[in-house]
Amino acid sequence: MRIVHYVNQFYAGLGGEAEAGIGPRALEGTVGPGRLLSQLLGDEHEIVVTLVCGDDYAASNTAVAEELVGMAREAGAELLVAGPAFGSGRYGLVCARLVAAAEAAGLPALASMHPDNPGISDAGGAPVVAAGASSRQMRPTLQTVAAAIAKLATGANLTVADGRVARAARVGQLVDQRAAARAVELVLRRLAGDRESTEVPVGGFDVVTPSAPVDKLASATVALVTEGALVPAGNPDRLESARATRWLRYPIEGMDSLASGKWESVDGGFATTAANADPNRIVPLDTVRRLERDGVIGRLHNELLVTVGNGTQVASARRFGVEWAAELRKAGVQAAILTAT
Amino acid sequence: MITNLVTIAEQVGAPRIVPGRGIPYPSGDPNVPPSAEQSWRRRLVQRALDAVATAVERPTIFEVGDVEEAHA
Repeated sequence: MRIVHYVNQFYAGLGGEAEAGIGPRALEGTVGPGRLLSQLLGDEHEIVVTLVCGDDYAASNTAVAEELVGMAREAGAELLVAGPAFGSGRYGLVCARLVAAAEAAGLPALASMHPDNPGISDAGGAPVVAAGASSRQMRPTLQTVAAAIAKLATGANLTVADGRVARAARVGQLVDQRAAARAVELVLRRLAGDRESTEVPVGGFDVVTPSAPVDKLASATVALVTEGALVPAGNPDRLESARATRWLRYPIEGMDSLASGKWESVDGGFATTAANADPNRIVPLDTVRRLERDGVIGRLHNELLVTVGNGTQVASARRFGVEWAAELRKAGVQAAILTAT
Repeated sequence: MITNLVTIAEQVGAPRIVPGRGIPYPSGDPNVPPSAEQSWRRRLVQRALDAVATAVERPTIFEVGDVEEAHA
């Protein structure tokens, strides 16, 4: 196959952050990690052109993906390979968008990045195989990529066994055995001790260990936290309306209620009219303050922790959760009420 | 966690889930008069407090009991 390989400015050897603003360009033959990939691929497949773009330029211009796909086509690509991007956010995002754009244009494509790369979901249903967390895992990652390329060349789809990660498009296919026979076979395998085999892999999420129950609510400190993007009117700290990269804290000490006009939700994922008319609909400060006064809880924590859950990557959300837990524990908080939209 | 997206909360493993009445207003209900909304919010938060005071082993839903039914 004629392969066109995409790498960022760093792996192309053009420079680091100072060169992250450079636009798309095509280089003849293999560059950087493409050299080892080419060796691993052997003689059957050839990397004819390497496309390069600066991470900042490519990540901030969504039209770049289509432009690069056009360049790959001009080079006669039969397959576009992007990365490996490892854990790098901008690079991963660009690789993901690139394979999504290529597949949408009918050009087979393959990206590689770490499963926790925040850009991974932008690949849509286009194939992505797992990379290590950093370039120290270059060789084993490229071995996975090379094996995936060889399989794609036969016209087969990649599966979990090939290191496939992220969302996979469902493709109809004819199989020899009817569903009932396959189901019985799976049951027999399970009875024989196989816990992994399935035809429908379910997305993996963390197993969350529930915290121990609060012993005495009447003396407990309770915190309010939300992913509904409730911020002071005007959004002074510029919280994102989607795909949060951070969280914020706001003092609520001495406040009996969240006043309309003083607070607003900047969440881009739902109609905020009701929440803005009465922000207690999204963070129940008025009620919790009353319960504090009535002695039902000991104390309300003096800060509201806020982020936006709209389109936010699981990896980012996991980090916010860990940081919130550490923060609240340090402040002596025993329970948190998370309102989620 | 107070949310209207109960199945998603369960799926991602939230241990204690209290169902709200709508996605855009987890702790309110703009479709009822203000006094009824206040009472709803109080029962909702009270239920969330019940939840954090209850031991659970897996994602568990703490429904807010219906007032009329409670009196019946």
